[in-house]
Parts: sequence; structure tokens; C-alpha cells
Amino acid sequence: MIDRHLTERIGFAVLFLATLLVVVPIFVVIGVVVVRGLPAISWEFLTAPPRNGMTEGGIFPALVGTIVLTLGTAVASIPLAVGGAIYLAEYATDSWLTRSIRLAIVNLAGVPSVVYGLFGLGLFVLFLQMGTSILAGSLTLAIMTLPVIISSAEEALRAVPVEFRTVSASLGGTRWQGIWRIVLPQAMPGVVTGVLLGLLRAAGETAPILFTVVAFFLPTLPHSPFDQTMALPYHLYVVSTQVPGMPPEIQFGTALVLMGLVLSMNVAATLVRRRFRSRRQW
Amino acid sequence: MSFVEEPVVRLENLSFWYSGEPALRDVNLEIPRHAITVVFGPAGSGKTTLLRIINRLTDLAPDGRIAGRALLNGQDIHDPSVDVVDLRRRVGMVFALPLPLPGTIRYNVTYGPKLAGVRNRATLDEIVERSLTQAALWDEVKDRLDDPATALSGGQQQRLCIARSLALTPEVLLLDEPTSGLDPISTSRVEESLYLLREEYSIVIVPHSVQQASRVADYAAFLLSGELVEAGPGEAMFSNPQDQRTEDYIVGRFG
Repeated sequence: MIDRHLTERIGFAVLFLATLLVVVPIFVVIGVVVVRGLPAISWEFLTAPPRNGMTEGGIFPALVGTIVLTLGTAVASIPLAVGGAIYLAEYATDSWLTRSIRLAIVNLAGVPSVVYGLFGLGLFVLFLQMGTSILAGSLTLAIMTLPVIISSAEEALRAVPVEFRTVSASLGGTRWQGIWRIVLPQAMPGVVTGVLLGLLRAAGETAPILFTVVAFFLPTLPHSPFDQTMALPYHLYVVSTQVPGMPPEIQFGTALVLMGLVLSMNVAATLVRRRFRSRRQW
Repeated sequence: MSFVEEPVVRLENLSFWYSGEPALRDVNLEIPRHAITVVFGPAGSGKTTLLRIINRLTDLAPDGRIAGRALLNGQDIHDPSVDVVDLRRRVGMVFALPLPLPGTIRYNVTYGPKLAGVRNRATLDEIVERSLTQAALWDEVKDRLDDPATALSGGQQQRLCIARSLALTPEVLLLDEPTSGLDPISTSRVEESLYLLREEYSIVIVPHSVQQASRVADYAAFLLSGELVEAGPGEAMFSNPQDQRTEDYIVGRFG
């Protein structure tokens, strides 16, 4: 008979190894990018446009482009997504329409990003005649981000105890007053976390912006929403595969900046969540 | 209780169903003014439903159906011309568990008045002091009104919830087992404040025990499985109930 303590130890060891198998590659990737990309990072790299066929200079227009697109996505998606989440969590009854809406949202989350790109091309760039523009790109990314934010926000709203709504009603509050004054503020940390996680995905995606906004080389910064712009994910693709003789530090440096941007949003989301847990009043 | 003159609330042939299941069956009850009326009975007999109809919290239940009438000062509260928000200011409710809103003590007490449009800072301060005094909590919290409400003990939180409802100076105060989560000392403090409150308000309370019912009742109504078995002055009810079922419940043969 096998000693059951030994069995337990073997079991834990196996699980630990499995965890290492998952975690180690992540650190390896981060480590390689940091080690090989750090030499390229300099003030010039971050604030100057690319020169000399992009083999020298910096990534400033791409960095600005990604930030602008992320902000545009935020402006377009947050009101719609939070509004939709409030409707689903607080007002919607269980009807076939509501169930269809939920099904649509779940499916939206699974659509490959290149399909969003084609959709944005067809609807915003061509049919609505926005041209390849920040406007078209932001709207395309916003649609891609909606399901993420709606799911997180709805869950955050549902997590707020129903008693608050009952108490608000018993003190003469309409349903909207209860939501606006109590439920939504209490759900805010969960909503913010969802927004940050959705936006970091939008910041890092290449396919949706490929057809709708991005430029191969555009050293000047955009002036209006109808301009094109460079963007980090696409720029990384360009410097990695489209330009012969590209110094590897530039490739890894670009990757490092993009990774840093995404990682810092992730860290922000985690901090928000943690701060909320410790200050919760219910 | 046909000898109640000018009842503040009257229920006429009131029935209520949740998803087809009857919760109240043809209840006829008059609630007297400026008195403590106790609605007691075993679990599931419809006491909470009865209370929630009076401030139309039952509107929030998605599958409820009502028949009969509930009248506040002679007016049918389900009449389409009645503003349900205004009704809930005139009929306040305190729930079984202390449910402070997330915020300070002051925030909790001023929530209702602010929703009603009171903006003046001095008026709000007056309301806070009056309500907390009537709820027998003022002395304990007057120096820390801006502390979070969750810092209070359970008994204090429940008195805060009472103060919160009183801030709107309702005509009727409904209390659904308000002391069920409290220790005996807090319970007696709440009961004492109710004796003082009945001079200004009409109180309907679901007690959490028969003993509490007999302690506080000016009038009492016994509900069993949604049916009103009997109702009358409190002292008479608990010393000499008319119906055998009432006696059996009071004595503890079932419950």
C-alpha cells in the first residue's frame, strides 16, 4: 500500500511543476525582451520619429498613435458599455430579447480580431466614408472592447448587495436614483478594472487597426480624427519583418515599450481591485 | 378591530400572491394611529408581505399579484394617481438586519431628505439631530457623525436605520423584526424608543418573539398562513385570546 503522505507530496510536486511550466515561459519572454530591448530605450527613442528607413530614430509617432487610439476607444466604448451593463443588470427582465442580447455579447467576445478589422473596414472606412482614420480605428476597437467591459461591469453591478436598492427605495428613491447614488459608485472599482483590462487588449491588437487606421510610415503626429496614424503593434510588425537590415535593438525596444504600456495598465487594474477589497463596506 | 376610530391604515379584503402562491388571504385589518400595532405569527404566515404592501415595496417583486385594497388615511395606495415615491416617504420601513448604506452616519440619515429635495445645510443638521435623538442614538454618535456607519455596533446600526426612516417624518413606521439580530440590551433600547415614538408616529411591528409582542403591543393581530385569525387590544390578546389557534401559538404548542 502506498503511503498516503507520499502520494500527497508527489501530487503537490506535480502541480507545482505544472505551475512552473506556465509561469517560467512568461518570465523568459519578459526577460528576453527586457534584456535585448533595454539598450535601445533612450529619451530619443521615445520622443523622436523614425529616420533612415526606420533603422534609426525613435518610435514617437507610433507611441502617440497607440495612446490616442486607446483614448478614442475609451471614449467610444465606456458610455455604451457601462450603459449597457446598467440596463442588463438593473432593468432588463428575463425575456427572449434579453437572452439574445446576452448571447450576442458572449459571441462578440469570441470573434477573431481580424474579423473586427474587416468589419471596421467595411462599415466605418468604406460605407460611412470615414476613410482610414483614427475615428474608424477607435470605433472598430471600441466594438471589440464592448463585451469585455459589459461583462465586468455587469458582474460588478450584480455584486452590489440588493439590500442597498431596497433601502434606497424604502427611503423614497426612484430606481435610477438608487443606481446612480449607491449601486454604480459601489460597483465602480469593478467597472474600472474591466475598462482597464478591455483597453489594454485594444492597445495591443494589430488586426483591427490594420485595415482601419494604421500607416506604414507617418512621422508627423495626427491633427484630426480623420487622420491616419502609426501605432505600436503594427510598427512592431513592420520593424520586425518589413525592413531589411533593421537593428535588433529597435525591434526589441519597440516590443519592450508596447509590453510596458500593456503591463502598466494591467498593474493599475490589479491595484484598483486590491484597494477596493480593503475598503469595501459590505 | 372594528372599534378602531379613524385608522391610519386600513386593509380591505387584501390578498396577495407570489408567482401564484397565496401569501395573504382576504385580510381585513385596521391599524390605529399613534399606537404600536404588533403583527405576529409563525414563519411564512405573510407578516412581511403585509408590511411590504403598505409601502408598496411589493411593487419590486416581479411576480406579485394583489387583490383588495390598502388605504392610507382613506386613500387607496395603489390608485394610479398616487406617487409611490411620496408614499414611501410617508410610510417608512426598518428591516430585520441592520442595513446601513455605504457611507457616514450623517450620509445615512440625510439620504432620504436629500432625495426629497432638502438642500439647506442647517435644515439637514437639524434633521440629523432630531432623528438620531428620537432613535435614542444621538448621545452616542453626536461627536462622530462623519464616521462610517459600519463602525457602529449592530444595535447602534439598527437604531441608525430607524433614525434614517424617521428623518422623513413618516406618518407610519413599519418595522420588520427589527431586533432579531440584536443582543438583549440593544433590543430593550429599541423597544424603549418605540414607546416614545408612538406619540408622533403610528407603528406597525413584526416582533421576533411572542414575548416581544406581548411587551410592546398596544394592539395585536395574529396571522396564520396568510389569514388574519384575530386582532384586538394587546393586553386582551395575550392574556385571553379568543381563537384556539392564537392561544396555541402564544403558549407555544406550535410555531
